[in-house]
Amino acid sequence: MTTDTQQDLYAGASETSEGRVFTVTGQDWDQIAQGVAEEADERVVVNMGPQHPSTHGVLRLILELDGETVTEARCGIGYLHTGIEKNMEFRSWVQGVTFCTRMDYLSPFFNEATYCLGVERLLDIEDDIPEKAQVMRVLLMELNRISSHLVCIATGGMEIGALTVMTIGFRERELVLDLFELITGLRMNHAFIRPGGVAQDLPPGALDEIRAFIALMKKRLPEYAALCNANPIFKGRLEGVGHLELDGCLALGLSGPPLRAAGYPWDLRKTQPYSGYEDYDFEVQTWDTCDSYGRFRVRLNEMWESLKIIEQAANRLAGLEGAPVMVSDKKVAWPSQLAIGSDGMGNSLDHIRHIMGESMEALIHHFKLVTEGFRVPAGQAYVPIESPRGELGAHVVSDGGTRPFRAHFRDPSFTNLQATSVMSEGGMVADVIVAIASIDPVMGGVDR
Amino acid sequence: MTDEQHGNPPAENAPATLEPEVRVVGERRGMFGVAGSGDTSGYGGLRQPIVFPVASQRPFDGWHEEVAAALDTALAGGGLEHAVESVVIHRGEITFHVRREDLAAVARLLRDDPALRFEFCSGVSGVHYPEDAGRELHAVYHLLSMTFNRRIRVEVTCPEGDPHIPSIMATYPTNDWHERETFDMFGIVFDGHPALTRILMPDDWPGHPQRKDYPLGGIPVEYKGGVIPPPDERRSYS
Repeated sequence: MTTDTQQDLYAGASETSEGRVFTVTGQDWDQIAQGVAEEADERVVVNMGPQHPSTHGVLRLILELDGETVTEARCGIGYLHTGIEKNMEFRSWVQGVTFCTRMDYLSPFFNEATYCLGVERLLDIEDDIPEKAQVMRVLLMELNRISSHLVCIATGGMEIGALTVMTIGFRERELVLDLFELITGLRMNHAFIRPGGVAQDLPPGALDEIRAFIALMKKRLPEYAALCNANPIFKGRLEGVGHLELDGCLALGLSGPPLRAAGYPWDLRKTQPYSGYEDYDFEVQTWDTCDSYGRFRVRLNEMWESLKIIEQAANRLAGLEGAPVMVSDKKVAWPSQLAIGSDGMGNSLDHIRHIMGESMEALIHHFKLVTEGFRVPAGQAYVPIESPRGELGAHVVSDGGTRPFRAHFRDPSFTNLQATSVMSEGGMVADVIVAIASIDPVMGGVDR
Repeated sequence: MTDEQHGNPPAENAPATLEPEVRVVGERRGMFGVAGSGDTSGYGGLRQPIVFPVASQRPFDGWHEEVAAALDTALAGGGLEHAVESVVIHRGEITFHVRREDLAAVARLLRDDPALRFEFCSGVSGVHYPEDAGRELHAVYHLLSMTFNRRIRVEVTCPEGDPHIPSIMATYPTNDWHERETFDMFGIVFDGHPALTRILMPDDWPGHPQRKDYPLGGIPVEYKGGVIPPPDERRSYS
């Protein structure tokens, strides 16, 4: 880039009341450096994102720099706000699942589960959820935890230049998504966990696929450890970066891997079990370094624990063939099961025959439940669960109607992202990326 | 709905003048959940109060009583005997309705009292009850005691005309963004918050979108000037 060019297409400068503002899209740092050197003020404010490959989504970082040291870091969020909570107020209770599954798009089953657990508590049917539905929820959530942690490790690796970690991470995540597709029909945005149970029984052959996946993952997971755990560059970038002690975690409301990497074995699956987690044998993983490396190791170890749970869930499912996956209360349970026909997926032919040919009452019932939905007694509930990122909870309020009066999601990404400042201020600008990757925020969940 | 939530059946023509602890937050019209002209049954004129779970009576069951007693003791020590207006236990979850002027002090006690130890705040969630006269806006806090493995809910209200609630960020720094979000969405002003700005909506956005009376947009249809009405004006079940 020639220096005699006054106006550069890729690194234009403009004068504002706040000083000179550069817009950087290419690698024209020599101009920036020169421009900054002309300024008497040493303070540089870098506006990073929201469209930046290293900010883990549409996150905007406002960094105040002194040389390469970050003196102040702030987050600008809201770029992915889609009003999901408001939208849910105008849909039936069951349709709400379709909306909230899209919030934190890397852990859709957790969004669905916490919402459904809240609705079920208000309906007072928590004890009526069939065993098979519970086990399937656990199975899907743990598969989802693996895929979510894989993306975290993969994108986190990519952001520091460890591209192999990214390619193998997405390779394994693809296998999990294949399982989701097999079981729910969709790779993401499943809307599979419904108030009262799950939408569908396991398809034939699913257990074999899951077992094959477990066997494969047991071979593949050690590759991550071999690539990263003792890799001097990887450790050099992660160790001591994004440091946050336990008291800081609690004050800022951090949960999930950052909290456990500070040495506190707090995991809602153990401490406040839901969906029958008390019946599974697994360990809560902790680390004691309070830094990004510890969070990485916690996630890696948690994937092993999730595999253990999936294995146990698969074994239990093998003994539950043909068991119901929805509550028996026909006033809540979705009336039909889906089936694959020659023209694709639709309501099962048995069900169509029943409502169209045999029972007028069944047709009315189907119509009323699908269009109007069920009523949920007035009140409010909050049933948090342990998502891959920490405590995820839905504050569900009903006024006794067919639609949520209010559904608010306490998303762990939103809360944990507040730690950006304390994790990165005083460090190097390159470490901001590592610190944020170690929080693993998903902007769909942050902004909702 | 069960009888337990309704309390006693209301006297004729006077549904809203029950014992004060019955929370009537609105009115449902019609019988089949249909609003507007769709209901030809003749039951469209029915009016039922929307009633929230009533306050529970002491002693509560299990650990709820322990928490309530510990909170009573702590409040009495701080001269805040009247801070808690009522306690609702519903579906195993305990809700303390706290006077808004005492919220900051109560939050500090809840966190620091050795018998309470609610170290972890899961943020604040706003709820707008437009027909709950004088207490339209609610701020709902979920607190977790990791020491005792207990979870409680603290609910504070403020009228729409004076939407101020003290910030508890000094006690729970995690509420920084949560209070900003609730301000953004409901217009509740958290007094004492160091930088109460919008967080999800653009800085210059007018109005607070999660309020029930926030105007929603319809969708114009390119057919003879037709318009799909906004969701809250469409014919729907309720």
